[in-house]
Amino acid sequence: MAVQSIPVIKMVGITKHFGKVIANDDVTFELFPGEIHGLLGENGAGKTTLMNILYGLHQPDQGDIFVHGQSASIKSPHDAIQIGIGMVHQHFMQVPTQKVVDNVILGLKSAGKMLLNRDAARKRLMDISENYSLKVDPDAYVWQLSIGDRQRVEIIKALYRDIRVLILDEPTSVLTPKEIEELFHTVRKLVESGLSVIFITHHLEEALSITDQITVLRNGKVVGTIPTGSTDKRECASMMVGREVLFRLKREDGGGYEKHEVLRVENLSAVNDRDTPALRGISFNVFSGEIVGIAGVDGNGQSELVQILTGLRSISGGRFWVEGKEMTRASPKTILQHGVGHIPENPDDGLIAEFNLVDNVMLNMHDVPPYSQRGLLDKNKMVEKARELIQAYDVRTPNEKVKARTLSGGNKQKLIVAREISRNPRLLIAAHPTRGVDIGAEEYIRNLLLQKRHEGMAILLISTKLDEILSLSDRILVMERGRFMGEMSREMANIEKIGLLMAGSEA
Amino acid sequence: MANLSRIDLRAQIKHLDLAEIPSWLSTALIVILAFLLGGLVILAIGANPIVAYLSLLQAAFGDVNGFAETMVKACPLMLAGLGIAMAYRAKFWNIGAEGQIYAGGILAAVVGIHLAGLPRVFLLPATLLAGVLGGTLWGFIPGLLKARLKVNEVITTLMMNYIIIQLTAYLVTGPMRDTSSGITISPQLDPAAWLPIVIPKTRFHLGILLAIGSAFLMSWLIYKTVLGFQVRAVGEQSRTARFAGIPVERTIIWTMIISGALAGLAGGIEVSGVQHRLVEAFSPGYGYLAIAVALLANLEPIGVILSSILFAALLNGADAMQRAAAVPIPVIYVIEGIVILFIAIRILRRKSN
Ligand SMILES: Nc1ncnc2c1ncn2[C@@H]1O[C@H](COP(=O)(O)OP(=O)(O)OP(=O)(O)O)[C@@H](O)[C@H]1O
Ligand SMILES: [Mg+2]
Repeated sequence: MAVQSIPVIKMVGITKHFGKVIANDDVTFELFPGEIHGLLGENGAGKTTLMNILYGLHQPDQGDIFVHGQSASIKSPHDAIQIGIGMVHQHFMQVPTQKVVDNVILGLKSAGKMLLNRDAARKRLMDISENYSLKVDPDAYVWQLSIGDRQRVEIIKALYRDIRVLILDEPTSVLTPKEIEELFHTVRKLVESGLSVIFITHHLEEALSITDQITVLRNGKVVGTIPTGSTDKRECASMMVGREVLFRLKREDGGGYEKHEVLRVENLSAVNDRDTPALRGISFNVFSGEIVGIAGVDGNGQSELVQILTGLRSISGGRFWVEGKEMTRASPKTILQHGVGHIPENPDDGLIAEFNLVDNVMLNMHDVPPYSQRGLLDKNKMVEKARELIQAYDVRTPNEKVKARTLSGGNKQKLIVAREISRNPRLLIAAHPTRGVDIGAEEYIRNLLLQKRHEGMAILLISTKLDEILSLSDRILVMERGRFMGEMSREMANIEKIGLLMAGSEA
Repeated sequence: MANLSRIDLRAQIKHLDLAEIPSWLSTALIVILAFLLGGLVILAIGANPIVAYLSLLQAAFGDVNGFAETMVKACPLMLAGLGIAMAYRAKFWNIGAEGQIYAGGILAAVVGIHLAGLPRVFLLPATLLAGVLGGTLWGFIPGLLKARLKVNEVITTLMMNYIIIQLTAYLVTGPMRDTSSGITISPQLDPAAWLPIVIPKTRFHLGILLAIGSAFLMSWLIYKTVLGFQVRAVGEQSRTARFAGIPVERTIIWTMIISGALAGLAGGIEVSGVQHRLVEAFSPGYGYLAIAVALLANLEPIGVILSSILFAALLNGADAMQRAAAVPIPVIYVIEGIVILFIAIRILRRKSN
């Protein structure tokens, strides 16, 4: 990297408060042409805030931004795009009822003309798609797409606007290993053609393999910027956390209780939102004190399965039982009260943005003692519980009275996990339980799942992270196009085997 | 130290986010701005805004009678405003408070007329309860249609307004007409069904206190009970509420039962406390103005007390302003219009945030 060259982006002395919280504290950050720059830090360290400032979504209290050496005032995402900065958030801003091509040109000044000339837009879209290996169908409707597809649409949308700098905020947390490889491929092509990329992630291996430089934030401050080649996982981790991280899971067997079947699923079939078959007659069971992992590329029926088991989707065939009681057509509430916990795959479905943390912790507990008696809420008990969970799960927040939307992405997830596990369900349906959380929290949550398993909880684990599936599960089921491609015990499983099954070939 | 915190403060003020302004403050700003702009209009037509506003204030609150009349108008606005606030908390866009008022008025009149002779301790509560029942029914139907069949509530509530207003007209010209009267009104309710007057020699009736009590009751309901929690959750993010096992459909139905009950009580009180009979068009659009009342109050029950009094004062003081300052009554509509415009802007701003 030519150190003497002028940085594409230079942020100097950026400070940003939210009320009393300092999200960014005198942050200086430089991005050079053709560089992939990793941004690391614990949940709530200020990564998203810093990038939102660069993208014009927040205004800094202090500090300056220079683009190609020129002082820039970025008041809105529109300004950012004008000077060549694009950002892909974890939550996409897309219109589900429109086609991909329309979503890509949506909001463009020339959109009016473009609509008349959709063919030109489609052609340009296809060019981008081809040049950077971003395969999408321009005429598909967004609601039909998987998360990976939607992310590609979002990247194309940015590239369509001729940006020079692309910010990716935790792009890999929703992807499968294969999709991550594809994304890396795309990112490398982008820098080859002269773009610079800022890459936020909690996965140190990813950061180490794709980036050129790494900047670590802690409590809003820059801890340091180092060339990727001269660092390793342990150094990054201790820079992030401020102490050694152990990367160790405690797995104990046998809890001295009799194992019994907690979840029994027979011949379940269902259709998805597109009215095509999502589940094609699957059967399985989960015992107490057991973690059953479901691996598979997103969009192969996992979401539908979870929705059915939690009463959120209707079934076209088959039945299921929880603790011997049939729940096939039960309401979400009945299922919940029968001892089923649910960590939803999308954190937005787990928290109400405008509710404070107390009410969010209470979403599925407010109607039972001791939090309410005869229809009356007991605020003191509610606050007490919320404080307890915030403390135990290290949710970074000034207090429990703030709205959930002010939490950083990973802290939202921690709060949801805290709520669901603390209810001590007999069956926990955990969809991507560590999505978006930092390494420390990931370790904490995984250990907690293992501990709960030890205590006899039955856990159905859905995850796109194969290492998570492999390190936690007792049994692994691989899902592909609505069927199970195979079942294997923990001892028999390895990444290659699962990868093959996920791709649809029989083992 | 002191220096540091000053920088802090300045930085915060510099980036004061409009969305972070507390809602009561934005409400106060809206009202002040509306009066300032209204003042400009008054200036433009060659009158003195200060004189105009003083005469308005004088008429609305200046003496016992003016105050009582303001409160008489505030009462239905308050109750219907509470009903609207309840529905909108659950994001149920109820346009039907007007119809629910009429439904309450009709049933109250039926009971107050036909059960004449009963002692007051029975008849008065029965009359008011009949009002509640009428409103409940008229709110429950669109609630049920939405919850079970996903029928758009804006259309159903609006249509049900027309139905019940026409029904009132039919009743007072036909089945319930007081044949001894030259105009189309029902006979009087039994005086035992009348709400007692609280301030002698005025029309300030007990219903006003009931309305204020209802506001506190609703505030308690929304913030302190399981149902209120669920209503707020469904209104904020119904998908997440459903995920958390909150029965969304049932909550919507309960919301509309309460919403309708409050507006129905407004109708019952209007008949029992003010008109003492069923009269065609006895509500001059209270149910519609109540939408502005609820929105200005940010759907806060206690705020509804204040905003309903504000709108009632405008209604009540308009006449006086015309007489004393030669300011035509429509100027009041201009001020109301500006308030509503600002409310709309506030809602849109929040949405975009
Ligand atoms: N709109 C907001 N209002 C109040 N506080 C906020 C807001 N946005 C962020 N914060 C706070 O600023 C801090 C930094 O948040 P940020 O989202 O930048 O963290 P992050 O590094 O992206 O974390 P994560 O890895 O969890 O995504 C957090 O303490 C968060 O609570
Ligand atoms: Mg973030």
